[in-house]
Amino acid sequence: MVKLDEIQKRLIREIADLHEVPAGAYNFRANGGLAGRNTTANIDIVSKENGSGIDIHIKPGTVKESVHIPVVLSESGLKETVYNDFFVGENSDVVIVAGCGIDNCGSQDSEHDGIHRFYVGKNARVRYVEKHYGSGDGMGKRILNPVTEVYLEEGSTMEMEMVQIKGVDSTERTTVAEMKKNARLVVRERLMTHGTQRALSVYKVLLQEEGSSADVVSRSIARDSSYQKLDLCVVGNAPCKGHTECDSIIMDEGTILAVPSLEAHHVDASLVHEAAIGKIAGEQLIKLMTLGLTEKEAEEEIINGFLA
Amino acid sequence: MLELKNISFSVDAEGEKKEIIHNLNLVVEDRKLIVITGPNGGGKSSLAKLIAGIEKPTAGRIFLDGKDITDATVTERAQMGIGFAFQQPVRFKGIQVLTLLRIAAGKTLSVSEACSYLSEVGLCARDYIHREVNASLSGGELKRIEIATVMARHSRLTVFDEPEAGIDLWSFQNLIRIFESMRSNIQDSAMIIISHQERILKIADEIAVLAEGRLERCGPRDEMLPALIGTESAQDACSRLK
Repeated sequence: MVKLDEIQKRLIREIADLHEVPAGAYNFRANGGLAGRNTTANIDIVSKENGSGIDIHIKPGTVKESVHIPVVLSESGLKETVYNDFFVGENSDVVIVAGCGIDNCGSQDSEHDGIHRFYVGKNARVRYVEKHYGSGDGMGKRILNPVTEVYLEEGSTMEMEMVQIKGVDSTERTTVAEMKKNARLVVRERLMTHGTQRALSVYKVLLQEEGSSADVVSRSIARDSSYQKLDLCVVGNAPCKGHTECDSIIMDEGTILAVPSLEAHHVDASLVHEAAIGKIAGEQLIKLMTLGLTEKEAEEEIINGFLA
Repeated sequence: MLELKNISFSVDAEGEKKEIIHNLNLVVEDRKLIVITGPNGGGKSSLAKLIAGIEKPTAGRIFLDGKDITDATVTERAQMGIGFAFQQPVRFKGIQVLTLLRIAAGKTLSVSEACSYLSEVGLCARDYIHREVNASLSGGELKRIEIATVMARHSRLTVFDEPEAGIDLWSFQNLIRIFESMRSNIQDSAMIIISHQERILKIADEIAVLAEGRLERCGPRDEMLPALIGTESAQDACSRLK
């Protein structure tokens, strides 16, 4: 049974598109405690003995199943660090939806630091969706510092969609991936910061064995006087392919630092980086205005498209 | 009906005032296709932008159906029924062809409605509808999508700024067919095409020649065309295409 109040339900809708209890396995965490859990024949969720988080075990060969592990904080002043470990069995094909929503109407800071570790078995395939959202008009800050570690075994694939569009005052997200033979990683990050928000996003992808490949694309928008630092590093230690891209729109008084880096330790490592920062082009606004939109509407369409 | 009365337009070039358009008068009647030609640098694109509201005249007034629209913004003119096809179509990262067509139509457009606009410009909708309007599209593809967005608006008056610019010969042949079809379906609307391609001049009702910011001549196609053929104002796409 999942017990959530209205604010928590709204947060869940924002981060997981969930309007009701999902089918399949789930673990709902609200204000530092367990609010509901469901396991299936193939997916087991157990609390760690020391209470620091959960272990999610997905049996080998599990296909077309999903796991939802949303976290919501609606009390001011909560600070928690949670360890979630995913053990994805060989040849499975699953969707994992995580995400954290914070509503802080109080004066104290609320912080959730989630450490997610993925151990993805041979030839398994994982689609991972993570959304972060903040709301509430209190003076207390909404802080999220997620750490994601990904260990991909031979022939496995992980596709990650990381989205943080609204309301998080401070975030420092770190993603580390280690990849074996023919493993594949695809990352699509979408980030938008407002007001005086700060966001740091760090990726370190290690292509350790032959045939491994990574495609990491970050699109971000810095509005008002917000600050972003994007630090994308790909290391090639074998014949491998790596591509990273940071593409940013800067607005108002925003600040964006893009720090791309490539490191090759093998002659057959093929690594490419692209980075671009620019404002919304005047001709883009004018084109949409000739289609009948106001300048403000045109700007919103361009932003929505860019972050889609 | 569009009326330009005593339009002048000048810009500041390195501290000096440079006149681009000088005291221009032009009337574009409904159900007419008028092609504006003339040498490069003669002020044709500036005139197109003045009509769309992207630039404002330094003197003179512009009327649409008798209403003074000189001070109307780009958005207001679009809403009044003025369409504009860019010479260099604009690219948008992340915006799909379908989204752009929906914005243009000003309503939720079903996929099949959107597809009908794309097939009119010779694009297979299935391949394009969810493509991003970004640098992955060729110049010819972007041009055709640009024309499809303008068609989706069903404007009272549409201005095409050098539609042939930046496209390959293969696409050019298709482009001519699109304009021929638009001309034959012109109903309660009017079209202005900025072009110096002979094939486009041949489908005009009227031809205007703009040189050094002045309207040199203007009249029915049959009277105007013979004197223009072979000059800079009426060029072949390529002699081998004849």
